[in-house]
Amino acid sequence: MAEVLTRPAPARALRRPRIVARFGILALIVVAAAVGVLTWNVPGEPGSRAFWLAVNLRVVSVATIALVACCQAVATVLFHTATANRILTPSIMGFDALYVVMQTALVFFFGSSALSATDGLLKVVVQSVLMVGFATLLYGWLFAGRRGNLHIMLLVGVVLGVGFGSLSTVMQRLLTPSDFDVLSARLFGNLSNSDAEYLPWGALVVAVVLVIVWRARHRLDVLALGREASVNLGLAYRREVVGMLVLVAVLISVSTTMVGPMTFFGFLVATLAYQLAGSAQHRVVLPFAVLLGMATLLGGYFVLRHVFYAAGMLSIIIEFVGGVFFLVYLLRKGSL
Amino acid sequence: MIVTAPSSRKLGHRVALPAAAAGVAALVVLSLFVGAYDLTADAFGGEMFFISRVPRTLALVLAGCAMAVSGLIMQLLTQNRFVEPSTTGTSEWAALGLLVTVLLAPGAPLLVRMVVASVAAFVGTMIFIGILRRISLRSSLVVPLIGIMLGAVVSAFTTYLAVSTNSLQMLGTWFMGSFTSIVRGRYEVLWVVAIVVLLVFLYADRITVAGLGRDIATSVGLDHTRVMLIGTGLVAVATGVTTVVVGFLPFLGLVVPNLVSMWRGDNARANLPWVCLGGVAIVVVCDIVGRVIRMPFEVPVSMILGVVGSAVFITLLLRMRARG
Repeated sequence: MAEVLTRPAPARALRRPRIVARFGILALIVVAAAVGVLTWNVPGEPGSRAFWLAVNLRVVSVATIALVACCQAVATVLFHTATANRILTPSIMGFDALYVVMQTALVFFFGSSALSATDGLLKVVVQSVLMVGFATLLYGWLFAGRRGNLHIMLLVGVVLGVGFGSLSTVMQRLLTPSDFDVLSARLFGNLSNSDAEYLPWGALVVAVVLVIVWRARHRLDVLALGREASVNLGLAYRREVVGMLVLVAVLISVSTTMVGPMTFFGFLVATLAYQLAGSAQHRVVLPFAVLLGMATLLGGYFVLRHVFYAAGMLSIIIEFVGGVFFLVYLLRKGSL
Repeated sequence: MIVTAPSSRKLGHRVALPAAAAGVAALVVLSLFVGAYDLTADAFGGEMFFISRVPRTLALVLAGCAMAVSGLIMQLLTQNRFVEPSTTGTSEWAALGLLVTVLLAPGAPLLVRMVVASVAAFVGTMIFIGILRRISLRSSLVVPLIGIMLGAVVSAFTTYLAVSTNSLQMLGTWFMGSFTSIVRGRYEVLWVVAIVVLLVFLYADRITVAGLGRDIATSVGLDHTRVMLIGTGLVAVATGVTTVVVGFLPFLGLVVPNLVSMWRGDNARANLPWVCLGGVAIVVVCDIVGRVIRMPFEVPVSMILGVVGSAVFITLLLRMRARG
């Protein structure tokens, strides 16, 4: 399948150095920002015990940011490819609302002890299995049959997102205050205060998903050609789309657990990646989007934390910038 | 388009409307007597009735009517079944206008807030219609998707503004569509939307024709731009006032007109009374459920509406899919 898609040799030879150079620059920015976040303004001499203590504390923030950037960037690119549009983002489809409603239902029906009883590995496994199962059922069902229609599926997803949101708020209203406290502490972290215990498990899930995605990169290239072309080229179109949406659901659930919902960050990163990566192939776009996401989040975190002393504002500012970017993109684009 | 119903069913329809009106009236009366405060408990009950229950029920009727009719107008103007104030960003713009007023002029009277919110809603709706004109669409289902994303952008900005001025919590309580805090003296401005609904009755035919497009509208002698502006203005006023007094009421404008036109066809003016009644009935039922489900506490009506409305809307979509 790969042979079908690769360009004629001369064009590739010309393009490759440019792509490599762009990757290099981006990687440099990421490393510089990471080192900056880790070591800037640390009390104590470099190398001393106090220095390493402070750096170790900051490693959690950096790792969280890297993981979230990974999740959002890959999820958005996958979502764009699977649904053949570059406007919508996974969170508008209610993937994070799905996660919230599942967690709320757990507390609502089994009490807050259910939440603490399922910690660590068990929680991650149960949560991932539930997300995969539910997303497969839902999107498989919506997309099945002769009349399976992408636009109807999208719209149903959006409406479901709103419905799930209302449903979880109703359930949260009916909880006792102490249960609600436990739940809300679980549901939404933020960038500068994330759950260190969850980090390794989240990283594990994301790593598994990334391996699956990387192995599917050529199939994704075919998928991007659209329904007719991919069926023609022998791809099980419907199965691939549902599979990718399930992966998106898992990635978004990890990201939501770590830092809460983000609507436009993924859009910002994915759209810039399409423009700047220099190739439309997923083996280029996906890593580029991930690097770009890390550079944006780490850079923003560094600037806000050490220049403006307002680290808590980061996700809000990124959402706002992403939103403005979205509007400009929409107005410049001719058709949809 | 089914403009006239078959004559054999005409009699049935003539009886149906008063019957439905009576049913809705019964719901309204029920709403007057449901609540945490026992009206017969002491001598204060009668006074309580007029301070709290009557204003609340009137507000339910007015807001339900206004949002359902707003949905109908927007659907006529854009010739798209899936638009309503909450899927076009109109409500979010009204919220932004309200927040800006409160931040810039904290002491501004209710009237000023309403005017600013309505103006913001108008601007937002015009932006949405402008975007629709600029881009060519492959499917009518894309229209609400654009609108919802547009609303998300606006509410991201509103949230940013609220966080940077420490008013996020206030924002949450404001826009949670709820009739809990409606008492005498707080709902009277909602009568403005009664005027809006009346104007819609007068303008229904023109709005229908304007929705067919500039060329058709002009060729039958209609000032297309003017009717578009008036229609959008009516929606903006209704949305702005409702948002300021009550908050967001999601899905109402979507579900009610669609259900009515599935049953009765697309004659807008003949459907208008039905749309009003349907809007009132749904809001009143949701509010009663919200009051009863967890007595003596209340669940805001917008949450019940969100759950019920999304379920109904998805059923409609899937039925449409089944029919192709």
